[in-house]
Amino acid sequence: MKVFILISVIASLVCINTSLAAVITVGKGKDVATIHQAIDKANNGDTVLVYPGEYHEKNILINKSIALIGIDRPVIDGDHAYEMISVAASNVVVKGFRVQHSGKSSLNDIAAIKIYSSSYVTIENNIVDDSFFGIFANNASSCTIRNNYLTAYNKGEQESGNGIHCWKSDSMHIQNNTATGFRDGIYFEFVTHSIISRNLSEKNIRYGLHFMFSHNDTYVSNTFRNNGAGVAVMFTHGVKMINNVFENNWGAASYGLLLKEISDSYIQDNRFLENTMGIYMEGTSRIALVKNLFKKNGYAMKIMASCADNKLYLNNFLGNSFDVGTNGSISLNEFKNNYWDKYEGYDLNRDGIGDVPYRPISLYSMIVEQNPPAMMLFRSFIVTLLDKTEKVIPAIIPENLKDNYPSMKQLSL
Amino acid sequence: MIIATNVSKQFGKLKVLDNISVNCNKGECIALIGPNGSGKTTFIKSILGMVVPDSGFITFNGKNIIHDWVYRQHIGYMPQIGRYPENMTIGQVIDMMKDIRHNSTTVLDTDLIEAFNLDKLMQKRMRTLSGGTRQKVSASLAFLFNPDVLILDEPTAGLDPVASEILKDKIIAEKKKGKLVLITSHILSELDDLVTHVIYMNEGKLQFHKSIEKVRTDTGEEKLSKAIASIMSK
Amino acid sequence: MQKILKYVVVDILRSRIVLAYTLFLLLISFSIFNLEDNPEKGLLSLLNLILFIVPLISIIFSTIYFYNSSEFIELMVSQPIKRKSIWLSLFGGLAVSLGVAFFVGAGIPILIYQPNITGFLMIIAGLFLSVIFIAIALLSSVITRDKAKGIGIAILLWLYFAVIFDGLVLFLLFQFADYPLEKVMVGISSLNPIDLSRILILLQLDVSALMGYTGAVFKDFFGTATGITISFSVLILWIVIPVFLSLRKFKSKDL
Repeated sequence: MKVFILISVIASLVCINTSLAAVITVGKGKDVATIHQAIDKANNGDTVLVYPGEYHEKNILINKSIALIGIDRPVIDGDHAYEMISVAASNVVVKGFRVQHSGKSSLNDIAAIKIYSSSYVTIENNIVDDSFFGIFANNASSCTIRNNYLTAYNKGEQESGNGIHCWKSDSMHIQNNTATGFRDGIYFEFVTHSIISRNLSEKNIRYGLHFMFSHNDTYVSNTFRNNGAGVAVMFTHGVKMINNVFENNWGAASYGLLLKEISDSYIQDNRFLENTMGIYMEGTSRIALVKNLFKKNGYAMKIMASCADNKLYLNNFLGNSFDVGTNGSISLNEFKNNYWDKYEGYDLNRDGIGDVPYRPISLYSMIVEQNPPAMMLFRSFIVTLLDKTEKVIPAIIPENLKDNYPSMKQLSL
Repeated sequence: MIIATNVSKQFGKLKVLDNISVNCNKGECIALIGPNGSGKTTFIKSILGMVVPDSGFITFNGKNIIHDWVYRQHIGYMPQIGRYPENMTIGQVIDMMKDIRHNSTTVLDTDLIEAFNLDKLMQKRMRTLSGGTRQKVSASLAFLFNPDVLILDEPTAGLDPVASEILKDKIIAEKKKGKLVLITSHILSELDDLVTHVIYMNEGKLQFHKSIEKVRTDTGEEKLSKAIASIMSK
Repeated sequence: MQKILKYVVVDILRSRIVLAYTLFLLLISFSIFNLEDNPEKGLLSLLNLILFIVPLISIIFSTIYFYNSSEFIELMVSQPIKRKSIWLSLFGGLAVSLGVAFFVGAGIPILIYQPNITGFLMIIAGLFLSVIFIAIALLSSVITRDKAKGIGIAILLWLYFAVIFDGLVLFLLFQFADYPLEKVMVGISSLNPIDLSRILILLQLDVSALMGYTGAVFKDFFGTATGITISFSVLILWIVIPVFLSLRKFKSKDL
């Protein structure tokens, strides 16, 4: 009986679909030859199926609520002059294309696929190759951008756009995309309540992820690897960053994660591996850094004196050249229960917590902060001597920058 | 054979050799005599190239010895105090010297090694040796390579009378072969039967260089020691 | 010359100090690599050892050896041998013995645990430092007649290169903090073979730490083929110049 009802429901749905929404095919020997024609012909709710082939069409504008679906990945080519797909209607799906060779213009911010002031747009399973901007959401809301693979081959910062660029948007879902070779892999400005998950952003010229004024967004399980300057986030509150990987961001001015004017945020279970600086914090307050792993970074974290009320609990610090660096003589942040591989204290009562505080900052790191060429003496005997002396009689390093309850064993994260 | 011309040497302010000019020829046995600190050893070391003169030059068979080293093949040197690598045995030292100096043309002269009975001491380390035994090793090494010139600095000091006699006989034998022997000694009586010429030095200056006959006739003394004493007392 | 070299090497090996040095290095190297769970960190600990112990042992041992072989030198000088051969044999014998000691004691453990370019560079640097400090020791001891004074000078020289020089650099950096000193530092580092070796290895080991402008300047210089060539040329000069000067001195030395 149940089966019967189910079948009838499906059957009726199929009937409705066929009766209300038409399918228009595009390609050689199909309904129409060009996508433009298909969109002209289509009504809201129709599906345009594009068959394999190369479509050199100027600026396909989708101004109806339709699904534009590529079959076996047809190619839409912008001939290095045009924007390929512009979405200016809500409830649009763009799926299964290879979109390539966009024009370049900093004036118009040409993108492979651009969303103009729309909502509920889904861009998925596309390959974007050699474009200025990749996918650009302008004043959009509740859109989904997922499973896209974006590549650009730009050289300088000035003549390149961003992979996934969102401006003044809300409730976006950016999921499982890959962005390579852009200026910024993912760029957000004034984007709120969005979820960014499982993306890979690597080898971009500037930042893997870059956002400003984008409050209450959540970043989960993304990987930011080998970008020019790492990840930079600024002027934002209510950020959640969970289970991301920040790795291999080398270079003189490179960060795993640069936090500038960030407040009331939560950073947990992330891994910072082999960055020049794991985290660089400036003007950051009331954030919780919990259960992160800092491994083999130059500095695990650099906390400028402008940071306050941050909580750093239960993190693992392994094999970093410097654990913490700072520029001031006071510290208003709290370190607790972290594991520091450089800790040399003891645990008499065997509760797993070291009995003497650990000072993660070394005199030498303070010297280098003031006098960068002193880096020349890195790992020399005199530096060891200075650091040991300072550890015994602290005079210059901030008195209260210490972990009073350092963990004796590496924490299992 | 060895000609020193105007050789001077200063150690700090002390003038050790002051304008020394000497001519030493084959077949001569020259006694180098003078009070302590008169510059005898420094002069010998200059001939050996161990001390480099400040001015003047020394020729060996007509060749200037400065920065030369080959001429030392023709010299056997017995130092005043023989200093050898302490960890080596007598055998090793002798073997090492053979290894370094020996070539196919020289015939090894092991007379002294045998005469001093060093064969039985070959396994002894240098640091365990008495002064006398050391001197025996030094003497043996000086004669070992059959050199044309023998330079012996206080050869009999520390030797027992028997060894002393052996050495003297050896020196006479070598002199007879036409070799040049240069010898310093405090014990002048020992030199009587040996020397043909006398060089007398004082405070770095050459006082005289005469044949022994001339010394005897000048002083009217038969014994060398008496002759020298009469010169010194003048 | 080869013959004398042979006797010098045999003599050094007979003293057993070199053997003890080798065993000491072996013990330390293996225990460092075995105790550190992270072999790269082991390499870092070993770096400190190489920069600290190797110059110390090389300079002190060579100085003492020189004074202890004064008899041997005297004996050789009176023989038909070039002074140059004697001197170079002495230098060569020390270089071979201490070089082999370092290679066996630290080189082999490095090759076992870290057979990569960094490890390789570290072995090269260790060998260079051994030889450089032998050369420095020979120069200082040929100038100084007195044994006690000579050993004192050797220790002071080591202290200078290992600690005092870096202290002076730090002082200089703060005195002239207003000037851009990054490029000057590249030049200054070549005035101390220990610093030069350390920087060469560090640029291989944890570049990320040498950050900022200084890091960039250093990498620009030391990271290039020209920079590495120049660095090694400087290290070679650190051997050649002391050996040359000491040889000149030895040739006219009175024994």
